[in-house]
Amino acid sequence: MSHKVKDATIPTIPTKARISRWFGRNMLRIYMIFGFTYLFIPVAYTFIFSFNDSGKSNLIWKGFTLSNWQNPCGAPEVCNALGNSIKIGVLATTFATILGTMIAFAIGRYQFKGRSSSNLLIFLPMATPEIVLGASLLSLFLVFKINPGFWPTVIAHVMFCTSFVVVTVKARIASLDPRLEQAAMDLYANELETFRRVTLPLVAPGIAGAALLAFSLSFDDFIITNFNSGTLITFPKFVYVSAARGIPAQANVIGSSMFFLALAIVIAGQLVNRKKAR
Amino acid sequence: MSNDAISARGDLRLTRITKSYGDFTAVDDLTLTIPKGSFFALLGPSGCGKTTTLRMVAGLEEPTVGSIHLGDTDITTTRPYQRPINTVFQNYALFPHLSIFENIAFGLRRRGIKDVKEQVDKVLNLVELPHLAERKPTQLSGGQQQRIALARAIVNRPALLLLDEPLGALDLKLRRQMQIELKWIQREVGLTFVHVTHDQEEAMTMADTIAVMNEGRIEQMGSPADLYDDPETAFVANFLGQSNLIKGKIEGTDGDNLVIDLFGQKISMPKKRSHAVDSSMYAGIRPEKFRISLVGTPTRGNTLTGGHIEDVSYIGVSTQYVVAMPWGQELMVFEQNDDGVAPFDKGDEVVISWEPTFTFGLRGDEDVGAGTEVNPEEPTEE
Repeated sequence: MSHKVKDATIPTIPTKARISRWFGRNMLRIYMIFGFTYLFIPVAYTFIFSFNDSGKSNLIWKGFTLSNWQNPCGAPEVCNALGNSIKIGVLATTFATILGTMIAFAIGRYQFKGRSSSNLLIFLPMATPEIVLGASLLSLFLVFKINPGFWPTVIAHVMFCTSFVVVTVKARIASLDPRLEQAAMDLYANELETFRRVTLPLVAPGIAGAALLAFSLSFDDFIITNFNSGTLITFPKFVYVSAARGIPAQANVIGSSMFFLALAIVIAGQLVNRKKAR
Repeated sequence: MSNDAISARGDLRLTRITKSYGDFTAVDDLTLTIPKGSFFALLGPSGCGKTTTLRMVAGLEEPTVGSIHLGDTDITTTRPYQRPINTVFQNYALFPHLSIFENIAFGLRRRGIKDVKEQVDKVLNLVELPHLAERKPTQLSGGQQQRIALARAIVNRPALLLLDEPLGALDLKLRRQMQIELKWIQREVGLTFVHVTHDQEEAMTMADTIAVMNEGRIEQMGSPADLYDDPETAFVANFLGQSNLIKGKIEGTDGDNLVIDLFGQKISMPKKRSHAVDSSMYAGIRPEKFRISLVGTPTRGNTLTGGHIEDVSYIGVSTQYVVAMPWGQELMVFEQNDDGVAPFDKGDEVVISWEPTFTFGLRGDEDVGAGTEVNPEEPTEE
């Protein structure tokens, strides 16, 4: 990475020049430190205040405690909300990943009438403001006399997650060399075996990435969920509602846990990749 | 489809194959027989249809018209995995997620072969890379990947092995080495090899029979020596090595020889080496077949007078001369440097002579530039 120039061997450089050289060399590093500080201050704040012995409102530091971490369900409703969010997230991710992967293969691999318009339309849910999607989904459900609640929320989440899955998986398919599949067929693998032994393993990292993205989108969705979930409490709704009277420190515990979980998954993915490349 | 295709053996026969993509005809009414056990090369410039032909044999494309037989079995529409044919792909197409061992075992496992380990080890020894079995393809050098791709194909003992520009991605030195190794392996395993290349030297080094392709057709087919010594078209004369093509007129016959007028000078050549259809023709002579002598020294065979040395390039083993002739044409002459020095200088008045039997005759309506504008080093069609 950095290669140190031995300043000691060059004795006579004016201080001013030396300072400007130091800046020149470390500019990027300084910029990076500022950038990451900006990005991670909220996360750090959340993490630190998860140890606050706060009582009702978690706004002022009142002393260090581990009790929030030892008792994450301590605040009323918080774990119920978390449970709902996880359930919705898992279901929405599963459906969106399967559906999205199939669409991605169809668009990425086959020529059919309406292919380019499908390609365009798939971006639409991503580009549409969530507030519009949420409101129109609610009126749609009401037209069909479906009451807002758990399943309407799942359906809504599948809808907006699918687009992201399609885009992610499609990129992976596009980077796949078609000759690998031809080679498999050449080596006595029929269409199904070729898909199972070559195509799917090679596209799998893309599908896994898409699933993670779908889950995190579903887990923290507030706007669309708020329209379609009725009385069901999800984690983002819980945080929003409790914001008025002070968010309990348990919310910080859960938020921090989610962050570290995501971080762990990313690091694990990197390690697996590095091991594969070796 | 049938299981008999997979066990088909014998000569490969392409019968009146045409492959069109819309208005573009990639392969045009091609008929070809490749004998069992031979090392056959399809040679031609980029876009000549050689790769398309190979892909049709592999089953990756279907011919628009025509049929493909392996022995007595019609395999024209058989799926690729039902043909006893394996391919070494241009960029090897090794499976990046599988180890070298599993790459080679892939075909054996799909066919439910029992002694996978034994066979893979054997072929790894054949290509001299047994220590790489547990590596991943990306950890191998180009030359190693090339050998693994070959091993992955030949382990299946196919009736036919297709090689699509297999050495294209290697550097020159490695390419030479692999040419010799491929030839050796072909003899060792005794399979039919069909090799597609744009590199005439590669084709000549390795193949028993070469089919020269141009614009979707076969220009000429034969052994490397036949093609070089007696090309039938200007394309073949220029694509395989270099040729001097001199416009001439057949004046008459003298026994088994033709008497030909080249810009007022009479030469002769064997009748059977002329492919001209009427009296108008081109006389072709390879540059190394010419001899140069100073005006006044005795000469043998055919002679052309009135030339002078226009340019001299000394290249070690030989010297290349450009000799300007009175009718404005520049002839290329290669002389061996037997004496260590180039004996002629720029401006020398010289006579060119050669043995009449080295002459080949082409049709008078040929495009003399055919096959020369092709850059053999350019990357090939996909």
